[in-house]
Amino acid sequence: MSINAIVAENISKRYRIGLKEQMYDSLAGALVSWIKYPLSNYNRLRKLSKFDENGHAEDIIWALKDISFEVPEGEVLGIIGRNGAGKSTLLKILSRITDPTTGVIKIKNKISSLLEVGTGFHPELTGRENIYLNGTIIGMSKKEIDKKFDAIVDFSGVEKFIDTPIKRYSTGMKVRLAFAVAAHIEPEILIIDEVLAVGDIEFQKKCLGKMESVAKQGRTVLFVSHNMDTVLSLCNRTILLEDGKILLDGDTKSVIQEYREKFVSVQKHINIRDRTDREGSGIIKAVDFKILNGQGNPVKFLESGEDYIFDLQYENYSNQKLNNVAVSIDLYDERNVRVLLFRTSFTNSNIVLHENKGFVRCIVKDLPLANGHYTFSIYIIRAEVEVLDWIKDAYSIYVSGGDYFGTGNQGIPENCKILHRADWMTS
Amino acid sequence: MSPAERNITIIKPKTGWQIIDWKELKEYRDMFFFLVWRDIKARYAQSVLGVGWAIIQPVFSMIVFTIVFGNLAKIDSDGAPYAIFSFTALVPWTFFAGSLTASSNSLNDMISKIYFPRVVLPVATVLSKGVDFCISLIVLFGLLIWFQVVPTFWIVLLPVLIIILMVTAIGFGLWLSAMSVQYRDIRYGLNFGVQLLMYAAPVVYPASLIPEQYRLYYALNPMVGVIEGFRSSILGTNPMPWDLIIIGTVSSCIILLSGALYFKRREKFFADVI
Repeated sequence: MSINAIVAENISKRYRIGLKEQMYDSLAGALVSWIKYPLSNYNRLRKLSKFDENGHAEDIIWALKDISFEVPEGEVLGIIGRNGAGKSTLLKILSRITDPTTGVIKIKNKISSLLEVGTGFHPELTGRENIYLNGTIIGMSKKEIDKKFDAIVDFSGVEKFIDTPIKRYSTGMKVRLAFAVAAHIEPEILIIDEVLAVGDIEFQKKCLGKMESVAKQGRTVLFVSHNMDTVLSLCNRTILLEDGKILLDGDTKSVIQEYREKFVSVQKHINIRDRTDREGSGIIKAVDFKILNGQGNPVKFLESGEDYIFDLQYENYSNQKLNNVAVSIDLYDERNVRVLLFRTSFTNSNIVLHENKGFVRCIVKDLPLANGHYTFSIYIIRAEVEVLDWIKDAYSIYVSGGDYFGTGNQGIPENCKILHRADWMTS
Repeated sequence: MSPAERNITIIKPKTGWQIIDWKELKEYRDMFFFLVWRDIKARYAQSVLGVGWAIIQPVFSMIVFTIVFGNLAKIDSDGAPYAIFSFTALVPWTFFAGSLTASSNSLNDMISKIYFPRVVLPVATVLSKGVDFCISLIVLFGLLIWFQVVPTFWIVLLPVLIIILMVTAIGFGLWLSAMSVQYRDIRYGLNFGVQLLMYAAPVVYPASLIPEQYRLYYALNPMVGVIEGFRSSILGTNPMPWDLIIIGTVSSCIILLSGALYFKRREKFFADVI
């Protein structure tokens, strides 16, 4: 008897994206095509499910190509990848919505998947009826739902309206009810798509909390997410998909680092010299910004607790030295809240800008930021009155991992933005 | 097989013609029940007459047919009052027609969201139409009292006829739902196709009008045996048409079996082509 909950061997999936519309450049051509329309339509529609080996290959795509992996019982496996990498197709195959074109998957015990909540909800039915309908669709028995009914209603927070048709519900209420049902299935193997965490921020937290608790109950979980920090905190092992293939399969932290280096950081290096969406008099122009590590080499992501140099190159068009210039580098989190600000005027260290060009370096020791994605804005002002140059979203980078507290514990989950050491006392 | 091996699900490309997985269907019986319930409840929600619509449709058809075919065209009704002659046929026919239209629409985008035995959808849709059928059956017995018609002994056969009717409706439902996933024409065409089909069954006329040499071919349509069986057992206009019923039973079983096989064969493409 194997201890693997899931064994997937050489899974491939091919889709026909066909159904290309043909264009006609003359009325006569269009007329002829109208007459032939039923026939050609029939052929096109029929082809959707037919794949003859010598047929046209241009409208066939391989959404997955030779995927093999194993998931031991009790493991929480993360699946990451860019849009279109094949994550959804893999989930659909594992949850038996669609068959693989080739390959075999062996799954031990009962598997449930949550790719969408509220499947089968009918607006005319009451909340109560929809709980039963949706619950049985996602694989619970009526008896099971009877038992969990109160917990489901409680989780959803719509007790008062449970016997009202859900068409009278607000969107938020519907979503909460739908997630509440989903949160109460208890299969041995669970497939979750993280986009399920929906609703207002408070409810999202509740959803994520529920997913975390499921993941930590020792069940086998396949977790698909775009949020690297959640993956980092939930999964020991992660698979990175790209172009329908497994690019990496291993320890979550290293896979995520690789992913960020490959896909995230590269596209964010915008050339700020050419930016036109800037404000200020323009006699000073920030032309380049990069972040260097302690050894002076550019980095692609940051780690908490490390030392960095923020390197700002400028050009001066005023033909003279400028005194009493304040430079400010502001850091915003994903919700666009300014969480950290490095400003020369705080420490009375306003600077002098050279004629022509030069650089300003801000040396940050012991970076106190927690994991997350941060956006930088650059603000240069003279004598606290004249804005010289101001670029919002000048730069962005991920903070990922690092050992701020020196405990050897990698990766503070995204519970906060600012880290600071503290001593604890008891009495 | 050891108990551990029995729990293993194997997912692989499906090939060939596979028969229904009854064990799995049993696991989903609760879902089946709630789907039927959803269809029934949703159909009559927020309407003033509610279930009354199940009566109105066949009753008004009966009135129109009685005027047009009974009084104006003077079509033979085997001696029974034309109103009850046509209503006896309209009860199974309305169910059959409604089942076809509804089941051809039954495979919705739910199938691309989650796994369950797909066959549950069209079958639940057909069964939910059974409620309307029962109501109109009650109306039929009300009419019998009104017209003072005493059913024959063969009324004991009515449940058998109803089973043939269900088998036919589910068989066609499987064919049509599986086809309409890929070809929407089925849905559009069925609306008027069902109206035309009514003339291929003895709804407005008696089967006795069909020339003797075509009678057995005519009986290939299972609805012929069902409708004429209804009339003979309830109205006693003719002796039980055993030939029509037996041929109809065989052909309805063939329709169901082939429908189930076709459905099973096509279902792996549903999520990809819908």
